[in-house]
Amino acid sequence: MTVFTTVFPGSLDDPGFGEHFLRLVGDGDEYGAVEAVTDLLDDRVPPQRIMIDLIGRTQGVVGELWADNEWSIAREHAATAISERALAAVAARTSVRPTRGRITVACVDGEWHALPVRILAEMLRLDGWRVDFLGASVPGPHLVTHVHQTGPDVVALSGTLPTRLPRAHAAIAACRAAGVPVIVGGRGFGPDERYAQKLGADAWAADADDAVARLTQNWPPAIGDPYETAFLGDEEYTYVVRERSALVCTAMRRLASAYPAVKADDRRRNDSTAEDMGHIVDFLAAALYVGDERIFADFVDWTGPVLAARGVPAPALEADLRLIRDQLHDYPKAVGLLDAGCARLPE
Amino acid sequence: MTSHMPVRTGEMAGETKTPAAVPPPYGLLSAALDASTEAVVVCTYTDHTILLVNAAARALAPGLEPGGTVLLTPLAELTRALTEDRETFTGEYDGKQVHGRRRKLDDEHYALYLRDCTEEFARAAALNAERARTAFLAEAGRRLSASLHQGRCLRTTVELAVSHLADAAVVVLPARRRQSEWMRLVAGGAITEGMLRENLLGEVPGLVEALGGFPPIPSRWLDPSQAPAWLLPEGFGPIGALLVTPLPGNAEPAGALILARSGTQAEFTQQDEILARIFAARAGGAISAAGLYREQVDTTAILQADLLPPELPQPDGVELIGSYQAATETLRIGGDFYDVFGPTTQSSDTVIALGDVCGKGPEAAVLTGKVRQTLRALRLVEASPAEMLNVLNQALLQSGRQHRFVTLVVGSICRIDHGRVRLTLASGGHPPPLVLRNDGTVEEVPTSGTLIGVVPQISVRPATVELASGELCLLYSDGLTEARGGGTGNEHYGEARLRDALGTCRGMSAAAGVERVRRLVSDWVKGGMRDDIAMLAVRAPSRTPLSLRGGGAPAGSPFAIDARRGERRQRPRL
Repeated sequence: MTVFTTVFPGSLDDPGFGEHFLRLVGDGDEYGAVEAVTDLLDDRVPPQRIMIDLIGRTQGVVGELWADNEWSIAREHAATAISERALAAVAARTSVRPTRGRITVACVDGEWHALPVRILAEMLRLDGWRVDFLGASVPGPHLVTHVHQTGPDVVALSGTLPTRLPRAHAAIAACRAAGVPVIVGGRGFGPDERYAQKLGADAWAADADDAVARLTQNWPPAIGDPYETAFLGDEEYTYVVRERSALVCTAMRRLASAYPAVKADDRRRNDSTAEDMGHIVDFLAAALYVGDERIFADFVDWTGPVLAARGVPAPALEADLRLIRDQLHDYPKAVGLLDAGCARLPE
Repeated sequence: MTSHMPVRTGEMAGETKTPAAVPPPYGLLSAALDASTEAVVVCTYTDHTILLVNAAARALAPGLEPGGTVLLTPLAELTRALTEDRETFTGEYDGKQVHGRRRKLDDEHYALYLRDCTEEFARAAALNAERARTAFLAEAGRRLSASLHQGRCLRTTVELAVSHLADAAVVVLPARRRQSEWMRLVAGGAITEGMLRENLLGEVPGLVEALGGFPPIPSRWLDPSQAPAWLLPEGFGPIGALLVTPLPGNAEPAGALILARSGTQAEFTQQDEILARIFAARAGGAISAAGLYREQVDTTAILQADLLPPELPQPDGVELIGSYQAATETLRIGGDFYDVFGPTTQSSDTVIALGDVCGKGPEAAVLTGKVRQTLRALRLVEASPAEMLNVLNQALLQSGRQHRFVTLVVGSICRIDHGRVRLTLASGGHPPPLVLRNDGTVEEVPTSGTLIGVVPQISVRPATVELASGELCLLYSDGLTEARGGGTGNEHYGEARLRDALGTCRGMSAAAGVERVRRLVSDWVKGGMRDDIAMLAVRAPSRTPLSLRGGGAPAGSPFAIDARRGERRQRPRL
C-alpha cells in the first residue's frame, strides 16, 4: 500500500511471499497487491512466473479457504477482484509483438471463474499469440459468432465445473464445424485428456503452461468430420435433464414431509436445499453425458467436505442422494452412480 | 515348391480303376486349346521353357513362342511371380493390363492362364478417380460451408486446392482501391498472404480475364513460362502447367484461383480443369457469402455502436459500474439501457439513467438510442431528474409512434463531505433502486412514478439518498427479478432473492458486487436467459487512508475488518 507498510519477504521462491500476497488480496488492498507485482517485475522476475506462481497459486488458496468456509463468498469475490487488478497490472507492463496467430480464449457458458482463463490469455499473449479474451460465461452462439467474425486459428475453452460439459461440447462441435480447432482445459475437463477426447476437442491442457507448450507442437491438427463426436449422452441423460425440476421438487417435498417441524415457508432454507439437490442432478447428468462415473464420484468427494464445513452433515447429503435415487428406478446407470456416490460418504 | 515332392506320376496311372482311355492326338488337343478364348501357355518347371502357346495367348502376348522361356518376356511381373513362386500376377504387357495365374499340370509342367483385363482396370481406375473426386468435392463442400469468415474461406480454398489439384495454389481477390488481396499455399509449406498492386495482375497469364468475369482459358493456352517470378516462391522451381480459374461470386467474380504444377511433364488434363472449375464454383460461393456476411457485420457494428452500453466515466469519489446482458443471442443490443453523463461546465453533478423500453431486440434498441440522446440533451439544460422524465414523456408522446413506452430511473450524483455521495433519483414506472448499507441491510429507494410515453400527465415522486463510504446503490431492470429458474426451473428470481444477493456484497467494490449479482442470477436461470438485464451500481468508495496516518499501519477496507471477524456461515438447510 505504501512504502512504509510494504515489506517484501524476499523473492517469489520464498513461501512467505505467497502468504504476504494472500494477505494483500484478502484485505482488499489493491495498491499493495499491484505494488507487489510491479516490484517483482522491476526485479526482472518473468511475468509468466508472477502470473502462475503468485497470482494463480494465491487464487488456488483463496478457493480452498472458501471451500473450508474460512472465507466468506464475499471475501473470495473481493480477493478475486484484487487478483484481477494485479494481473492487469502485470499485463499492462509487458508487451509482445504477435507472431503466432490469433486465438480466442473464453470460459464455457455458465462458467464464472474467469481469473485462471485470464492468466491463460496473458500467457498466450506473452508467447506471441494475438489473443481475443471473451471473458466469463460465454454462451455458445456468442462464441461461434465471434469465430465467424474474426476467424481465429484456434479456440481455447476453459471450465472449472464438469456440469458445464454438455454445453461446452456444443461449443466445441460448433467451433470445429466452423473449421477452427479447439483446445480445452480447466478442472471441469478432468485430470487428463479423457473427457476432452470424448467431447471431440483437438487438445487438452493440464494448465496454462501446458496449454502454451501444447500449441507450439503438432499444431494445428487436421480436423476430421466434426460430427463424428457430435452426439453424446443416452436416454438416461435425456430423462435426467428433462425431468430435472420434477426430480428436485419431488425430493424437496419428500424431504419436507420427513421433517414436518421445519417451516415450509423458509425461502432461504428451501433455496439452498433445492440448490444442493440441483447440483446432484446436474453432476449426475454430466456423468451420464460423458459416460464417466469419475465425474460423479469426484463431485461427492468434493461437495461432502464443503457442505460439512457449512454445518451440513454427511447424513443430510446421503439423504439427498437417496431421494434422487429413489425416483430413478428404471435408470440403472443413474442408480449405479448414485449408489457409488453414497458409498463414498464417510460413515 | 512342388518339385521337391516325390515323383508320383506312374502311381497315379496305376491306381486308376476305370480302363485308361486313349489319349487324344496332340493336334486335337492343340486345336481345342486354340479354340479357347483364354490364353494358355504350357511350360516346363525345370527351365521355364515354353512348350505350347495357344492362339489367344499369341494374340495377347506376341513375344511368347514355343521353345523360348517365360523368364525372358517383356512381362516383368510374370518373371517376378515365377522367381518369387507366386501363383498369380498382374502386369502391363504391350500397353495392355494382363492378369495371369499358374496351375500345375504334372510334376514337370505347369500352365499359365492369361487374361486381358485392360478394360476392367480402366473401369476400376475411372471409378476410383470418380470416387476421389466425389470425396474431394464432398470435403470441399463441408469445409467451405463451415466458416463465414473470408480469411478462413480463402485459407480452406488454397489448402483444398493443394491437397487435391495442384502443387501450388494462389487465390487473388478482385482489386479494391487498386490493391488485390492474395493468399498462397505451396505443398509442404505454410500459408502466406499479402496485397498486390492492381497493375501487376496483368503479368499473370489469364488472371485479368478470370477476374474480369470472362470464361476460363484452357490450361494449354496459358504459357507457364510467362508467369512472373513473384507469383510463387523461389524454391518452387519452373512451373510445368498453369491453370487460372475464376471463382464465381454474386454476379461478379469473387476472385480467381491460380493453380500450378511443377515439373516439365506436368499438365492439367481436361478432367482436371473440369474438377477445378466445379471446385472453384464452391469456393467462390463460400468466399462471396463470407464477403456478404462481413459487409452485414460491419454495417451492424456501425449501427449498433451507439446503442451498445457506453464506456462509463469515472468521476472522482464515485465508483460507477454498469453491466448489460442482451437476451438476443448474436446481437448484443436490446431494450434495456443505461447511460452516464459526466459533469458539464455548468454542473459538477454526474447524471445517470437506467431504463427498459417495451419490446426486445434491435427494434427496442433503436428507441433506447433516442431516449438516451434526449436525456443527454436534457442534461445540458440542467433539468432535475423529475423534470427530465416529464420532458422525455412529452417527447415520446409527440414522436407519434404508438405503444412505445419506457420505464426508467434517472438520478443525479454529487459528492458531499466525508467521502459521502448524494443521489437524487426519480423513477418513471421503474423498479425502485436498492441501497446496500454498510451494516449489510438493503433498502429500497422510496421513489415512484408513472411510466413514460403513455399518458400526457405523469406523476413523479423523486427521492434523495445519501451513501456513506462503502455503501452502494443498485439500479436494475426487471429482467433481473423476473429471470426464471431455480429448483422448479420456472420461478422468478424475485426481489427478495435480489436483496439477499445484494446483502452478501457488503464490502465489495462496485465491480465485484455487480459481477456477483450477475453470477447468482446466471446460476439461477442456468444460462437460459430470456430477457435483457441491465444493472448500474453507484458506490461511495471505501476511504483510502492517508499514507502517513496511523504511522503507516495498514488500515485496509472496512470490509476486511469485517472479514477478519471470522464469518463462518452456516448453510440453512431443510
